[in-house]
Amino acid sequence: MRASRHAPAMSTPDPDRLLVEISALVARFAPAGAQLTRATELVSDLSIDSVAAMDLVMEIEERYGIDIPVNEIADLVTLGDLVDLVARRLAARS
Amino acid sequence: MDIFDKYELLAQRRSQLLGAGADPFDLEIEDLHGPCEATIRGRRTILVGTNNYLGLTFDPECIEAGCAALRRLGTGTTGSRIANGTYASHRALEAEIAAFMGRAHAIVFTTGYQANLATISGLAGPKDVIFVDSDWHASIFDGCRLSGATVVRFRHNDPDDLDRRLERNPNPGGCRLIIVEGLYSMLGDVARLREIVAVKKRHGAFLLVDEAHAMGVFGAKGRGVAEAQGVEAEVDVIVGTFSKSLGAIGGFAVSDHPRFELLRVAARPYMFTASPGPATIATVRTALAKIAAHPELRARIWENAQRLHAGLSALGFTLCAPPGPILSIRLPDERTTVFAWNRLLELGVYVNLALPPGTPGGVCLLRGSVSAAHTPEQIEEVLARFARLAEELRQLTARVAAE
Ligand SMILES: Cc1ncc(COP(=O)(O)O)c(C=O)c1O
Repeated sequence: MRASRHAPAMSTPDPDRLLVEISALVARFAPAGAQLTRATELVSDLSIDSVAAMDLVMEIEERYGIDIPVNEIADLVTLGDLVDLVARRLAARS
Repeated sequence: MDIFDKYELLAQRRSQLLGAGADPFDLEIEDLHGPCEATIRGRRTILVGTNNYLGLTFDPECIEAGCAALRRLGTGTTGSRIANGTYASHRALEAEIAAFMGRAHAIVFTTGYQANLATISGLAGPKDVIFVDSDWHASIFDGCRLSGATVVRFRHNDPDDLDRRLERNPNPGGCRLIIVEGLYSMLGDVARLREIVAVKKRHGAFLLVDEAHAMGVFGAKGRGVAEAQGVEAEVDVIVGTFSKSLGAIGGFAVSDHPRFELLRVAARPYMFTASPGPATIATVRTALAKIAAHPELRARIWENAQRLHAGLSALGFTLCAPPGPILSIRLPDERTTVFAWNRLLELGVYVNLALPPGTPGGVCLLRGSVSAAHTPEQIEEVLARFARLAEELRQLTARVAAE
């Protein structure tokens, strides 16, 4: 059984903290040294294609113990959109 | 702005592949010589990438049945079942598929792609949540989208991850549908259906299994992986295709659900497209009878799979799964894979080139599929040509390392 079986018991991180944490996950899918801000565009700035986006989302889901429906991934444009989406899903969970 | 501007990235990717000397999306089969050989680029080539698992595309009885139906019923149905009528042979085929699969109901679709599109979008609606394996086939993904349901992916073949996600999404206002494939088409790995079924039961969800690549190959009667693992009773709906083991075109869905037939008036990809033509229906009926009557076809494809798998492994190739109808070889990078694919064509062996983003986990693959119709001589010849490739790849690696 995977270690992440139980989602980490944590309170919802504040937005700045969430941005830092998610940027770290995004960086693994982005070109080395890419600038990551809320305005960074996932496709045009980081070349994260639809398949990589799915894998990235899977990592985020495991990290926070949430589900991000595929329906919502298509609407993501910027890193800020992604952070807001995770915040919404975390809020819905608690 | 031009209407094709949106495909800039795609166009770049395509010309990159063309520059590397491969156009896997436009390979011309110039002529065919039975189920396992063709002329490609002017060369006699052994086919090891057709999904023609039981080799029935040139079966004399299937061909005769198709010709007879063409003469008697014409070239096409020229319309959909709901608007232009059902042919007696559509009904007969549905009854025969239901019997073969051991189910109360069967519905036939014009392609396997549409079978998934229609069945998934017909079963699930906007209030439902679909839990789908992350190695989904495009037809499953598109069916999910067409349904309007909330779509949650779970880690490939990971019943624990599925369990966690079902736990987090009770969805009291609607239903929950799990979708997996019996045999996964890219890597050739088999679903852990027994554990998935246990999770499904615990949560009271519905389960759909796409047996596109497994029907005719797995199970004592050839019904697929659900039969092989003894869990058919817990699989609510099975989807399949006529384009692989049955050597034709079309698809089906079967179920014991008492209201299953409602899909005929609810599923748009069933309702608003022309029904399969008479010749297709006739060849599929004959092929179905053949695979029911000739279990030795299944024995033969497994023998060929074992032999090819053992031979390729002995040559040092990395295979993605244990022996099975799909034998995918993993190569280190795109350049090597494109080189190997082209070299094999020059040597007279056709396999599929599978590259990211079309592959799980971004792997680069030579995807092979075996057939019951491959002769022992063809398998030996294929292995001899792969041996030459292996040697050339070793030299290539040595050269690159020396650079
Ligand atoms: C898993 C899976 N489902 C469905 C299909 C669609 O079937 P068809 O090509 O017969 O339309 C395929 C094959 O293309 C497949 O691999």
